[in-house]
Amino acid sequence: MIHVENLTYTYPTGSGGPALRNISFDVPEGQFVALVGPNGAGKSTLCYALSGFVPHFYNGDISGSVMVAGHDIVKTELGDLAGEIGLIFSNPFNQITGACYTVRDEVAFGLENLGVPRAEMIPRVEEAIDLAGLDGMEDRSPYALSGGQQQRLAIASVIVMRPRVLVVDEPTSQLDPVGSREVFELLDSLSRSGGTTVVLVEQKLEWVAVHADRVIAMHEGQIIADGEPRAVLASAEVERLGVGSTRYTQAARLARRRGLVTGDGVLPVTLDQAVEYFES
Amino acid sequence: MKVSVEDVYFSYPSGVEALRGVSLTIEVGEAVAILGENGAGKSTLAKHLNDLLRPSAGRVLIGDWDTREHSTAQMAHRVGYVFQNPDDQLFERAVRKEVAFGPRNLGYADAEVEQFVAQALAQVGLEAEADTHPYDLPLSQRKLLALAAVLAMQTPVIILDEPTTGQDAAGVARIGRIIEELKTQGRTVIAISHDVDFCAEHFPRAVLMAQAQVLADGPAAVVLSDGPNLAHAAVEPPQMVRLATELGMMARPMTVDAFVDALAAERGA
Repeated sequence: MIHVENLTYTYPTGSGGPALRNISFDVPEGQFVALVGPNGAGKSTLCYALSGFVPHFYNGDISGSVMVAGHDIVKTELGDLAGEIGLIFSNPFNQITGACYTVRDEVAFGLENLGVPRAEMIPRVEEAIDLAGLDGMEDRSPYALSGGQQQRLAIASVIVMRPRVLVVDEPTSQLDPVGSREVFELLDSLSRSGGTTVVLVEQKLEWVAVHADRVIAMHEGQIIADGEPRAVLASAEVERLGVGSTRYTQAARLARRRGLVTGDGVLPVTLDQAVEYFES
Repeated sequence: MKVSVEDVYFSYPSGVEALRGVSLTIEVGEAVAILGENGAGKSTLAKHLNDLLRPSAGRVLIGDWDTREHSTAQMAHRVGYVFQNPDDQLFERAVRKEVAFGPRNLGYADAEVEQFVAQALAQVGLEAEADTHPYDLPLSQRKLLALAAVLAMQTPVIILDEPTTGQDAAGVARIGRIIEELKTQGRTVIAISHDVDFCAEHFPRAVLMAQAQVLADGPAAVVLSDGPNLAHAAVEPPQMVRLATELGMMARPMTVDAFVDALAAERGA
């Protein structure tokens, strides 16, 4: 579903050199991939490259190839990607059109632009509002919502398009823990039962560890690790390069250093793994 | 400086009742985390502490000042507020000017302003960006800049609204260090946060809000390990509490170190 080969990209203002350096990876349909890494590693830029904002909106120099859902991103116009690739920005304030008076109209906006018939549009809008947890808010102004509610609105207005590839940049930054859990579970079910390919940028590693099929760690525009969440997130080298680690990993590492656990197995990254690790 | 919130009610013009009889006393130099679901009233409460909002009933005291009797400009001498969205706060053309605005506005002399600006920029790690335009910084650094702009005001009370969002591991660690410094300086720190692990690690006291009221208030180790209350406020226990609970341990550790200490104690090592 995604094929990236030797992608190198420099922003027009890129005095510090390329934001992405020689990136290559493939993602099969329906996989849930998380991009992790310190700020400035190139995660958001890669999201833009997968959804066409790089190079079409940001310009700059691009080389290599990016194929998403059968489209050559570099050669395809943004408008032709809209129905198939959805990008949810990290800042929901950037996503809201400013052209709609109600949550319902905002969610319908993308479908209107694609020319979807009204009879089909209405149930799809209702479904997206329901999935994003915005029931009861349909008639509110997008600007009368809290940060967390705006974040849900941004999600609803993208999933309503039923994109084959969903690129999501820190979707839970404004949400309470239960709201975050709901969003991760929604992404999980879109990928697992809906066959949607999901690429997620996220700093909350304890959620990434539980929900992602695969983790790609980035540092200074390059991929430094790519594999199963546990293999990537428990790596001391990955942590050292600013990706961070879950408290479960930190606790296991400290306990091992203090001789409280024996063996040199792979450290845990989730609660379940930590329980097993400390009970064995 | 002591902060007293006395039976405060507040309704927005839309009629939404955002605070219903909230009372809270925060002693000089205390560090308190306020947690709870979206819409629980956390930010509304915080905005009462620097007079951005005034109670419909009840009162808020900052030291001996009743917020209803002082202007927001006066309150700025006592309470610094770091907004959740830095773009609500930043407006100058250079990082240095942005940070200097607060202390200059409070009437500090030029030499002091310069010193406070240098200190604050060093604290948040933006010394090298002093001449940069704030909007040329990425969001995570604009957030640190917004924090620096408030630190430079030297207020005895500092409010942080979601300080860790958008920060990477190094940024979160830096904000943790700044909070520890503020604590040692005896300044009162009040944070609103969804990051329960961060709260557990840096705040000895936690306040849980739900539906415009205070649901629980006490030592973080107690409040943040009370499963039913946390669930009611849409908050999940810290990772170390969940792990200790699953392992059948007695301890309810707030930090990784505390967990490992408890493990050592329980295993007799």
